[in-house]
Amino acid sequence: MRPELLAKLTPVLTRRWIEPDAWRIDTYERLDGYRALRKALAAHPDELIALIKESGLRGRGGAGFPTGMKWGFIPQNDNKPHYLVVNADEGEPGTCKDLPLMTHDPHALIEGVIIASYAIRAAQAFIYVRGEAVNAARRLRNAVAEAYAAGYLGKNILGKSFSLDVVVHSGAGAYICGEETALLDSLEGFRGQPRLRPPFPATHGLYACPTVVNNVGTIASVPPIVLAGAAWWKSMGTEKSSGPMIYSLSGRIVNPGQYECTMGITLRELIELAGGMQPGHELSFWTPGGSSTPLLTADHIDVPLDFEGVAAAGSILGTTALQIFSQRDDPVYATYRWLKFYEHESCGKCTPCREGNNWMVRTYQRILSGQGTHEDLDTLLDTCDNIVGRAFCGLGDGAAAPVMSSMKFFKQDYLDYIEGRTPPRLSDKLLVGAH
Amino acid sequence: MMTDTSRTGRALIGMPTLLTGTGESFPQELREAAEEIIGRYPSDRTRSALLPLLHLVQSHEGYVSADGIGFCAGLLNLTRAEVAAVASFYTMYKREPAGDFLVSVCTNTMCDSLGGQAVFDELSSELGVGNDETTPDGTVTLEHAECLAACDYGPVVTVNYEFFDKVTPADAVELVRALRAGERPAPSRGARLCTLKEMSRQLAGYADDRPDAVADGLVGDATVAGLRLAQGNGITAPEFDPTTPIVPPKDGAS
Repeated sequence: MRPELLAKLTPVLTRRWIEPDAWRIDTYERLDGYRALRKALAAHPDELIALIKESGLRGRGGAGFPTGMKWGFIPQNDNKPHYLVVNADEGEPGTCKDLPLMTHDPHALIEGVIIASYAIRAAQAFIYVRGEAVNAARRLRNAVAEAYAAGYLGKNILGKSFSLDVVVHSGAGAYICGEETALLDSLEGFRGQPRLRPPFPATHGLYACPTVVNNVGTIASVPPIVLAGAAWWKSMGTEKSSGPMIYSLSGRIVNPGQYECTMGITLRELIELAGGMQPGHELSFWTPGGSSTPLLTADHIDVPLDFEGVAAAGSILGTTALQIFSQRDDPVYATYRWLKFYEHESCGKCTPCREGNNWMVRTYQRILSGQGTHEDLDTLLDTCDNIVGRAFCGLGDGAAAPVMSSMKFFKQDYLDYIEGRTPPRLSDKLLVGAH
Repeated sequence: MMTDTSRTGRALIGMPTLLTGTGESFPQELREAAEEIIGRYPSDRTRSALLPLLHLVQSHEGYVSADGIGFCAGLLNLTRAEVAAVASFYTMYKREPAGDFLVSVCTNTMCDSLGGQAVFDELSSELGVGNDETTPDGTVTLEHAECLAACDYGPVVTVNYEFFDKVTPADAVELVRALRAGERPAPSRGARLCTLKEMSRQLAGYADDRPDAVADGLVGDATVAGLRLAQGNGITAPEFDPTTPIVPPKDGAS
């Protein structure tokens, strides 16, 4: 393989995953663990916020918001408790990088939690783990207990006046809880439904107190930045998208998996790193960052996969979950399956998302069972128009993304179902009562 | 009507007039565990304990019964309707008695493309049950799941949320036959299998009390595909100096 391509691999967050027992505190300490914490606690909290701002770190959970700026929004000297909440509710279709991090390197997250809590002056942190992620939660709970025993958590950490408690809180199966305000409602013991913003969590978050909600990968990036500095972090990635990124490759490639690379790598390069397309498969469509990001095609194979590059191509970097499909996969059926997901996961709070997804699923069923009309395509786009920007949270926009993008790039595939050139994929029994 | 509701439990949720029971028969140990869970959260914010308490109730009964709802409501000073509204929102709380082993098949787009729907259909036919239904012997509940965050191992099946990777329909049938024969096949990654009730206790926030279960499971190949490629070619991230100051020197020199 070309050396200049291999040089784009930058294992930072993934580097300990292969070590046997990296999840144990003694292994972690042997591999630089908790060195950044000692360094951080010797600094002023504001210096840490400045460092993270300087590093250009942007949130790894999908939105890419600058992390240092988010921390800086927390009002200080306000006599209210502050909270750090880690969003570990990984569930965006295609995304599979946070679970392995928590399973194989849980202390990296916990060290980041302690440093981030110190920076924003929080004495209580919660890690909200997706309920189904039992392996990650098991290792995390064990790591939290180890960290308490070692004096990294609890009262007067490392002899300083700073104290912190961490609770690992398992969810119970709801994709919507990955949305930060729904997550906060869920953590407060309610149905996980998004809140109207403003006010934002920075001032009115958990228990209406100032709260930072950060993704697992974001928080786990903090110890290496503290240890090695902002300039080192920025030596990877691009000017506006700094640092390494874990790209999660799945689908029709030879070696699916996690590839941590310098940001701005292209799909062409990632496919080459992953051993190429599977025999007999040619790239047809792909998601740059999970199913909520508009589909791209083989024409976009050289788009730089950083926040700006993907946006310029009309999509979103999202969670860098690259689901790779070939000419053997059907973009109409794929979109239908994603829509079934959004329909199931819509929390029901707002009408455009709850009703729109329900009706779009029915429309897809009609098309896929060979009963579709040309008017159905207009109905779908019209429904999307009524969802995008009109829902409380991003779930509605996410649902419209594959619909609008697949219709833009693969309209012929829709017409082939409607005009009878593609045999029906679904039974028309699904349509009973649908119209 | 009463016979039906006592048998299934499902009809009770959302019908407050029929909700009865406060968990009087629950063991003292469960009450103590519940108090411990409530103590993890700020004393004026005990409602935060509701999700773990519902997992705890499920660890006792195998599902969230009307009794379990009354139990949580009493502990947190909530109405039954408030608790039932939360319990019915989340898919992991089962509303009727579930089997010892919850077999979840991912049928989201990627796993479906790689054969997940075929796995589900084969299991449904083998077990004679549909989505969210339990075999008459009470061993297996089958469900289709949305993305389980293991797309690099698709199609995936989980048993009580432990992963079985790259499963074919034949593999899946062999798996459920073993479960129904009282065996506990080893997952592809993660810990040895336990029952759904035992798993629910972990979900309530308790450490896995099986000796060494936390050490179970090797890292999967796909998880470290990029790392192995880097290591095999002597590639690392750029070197760094751990004494790099947090505050850069004022003159901007490096």
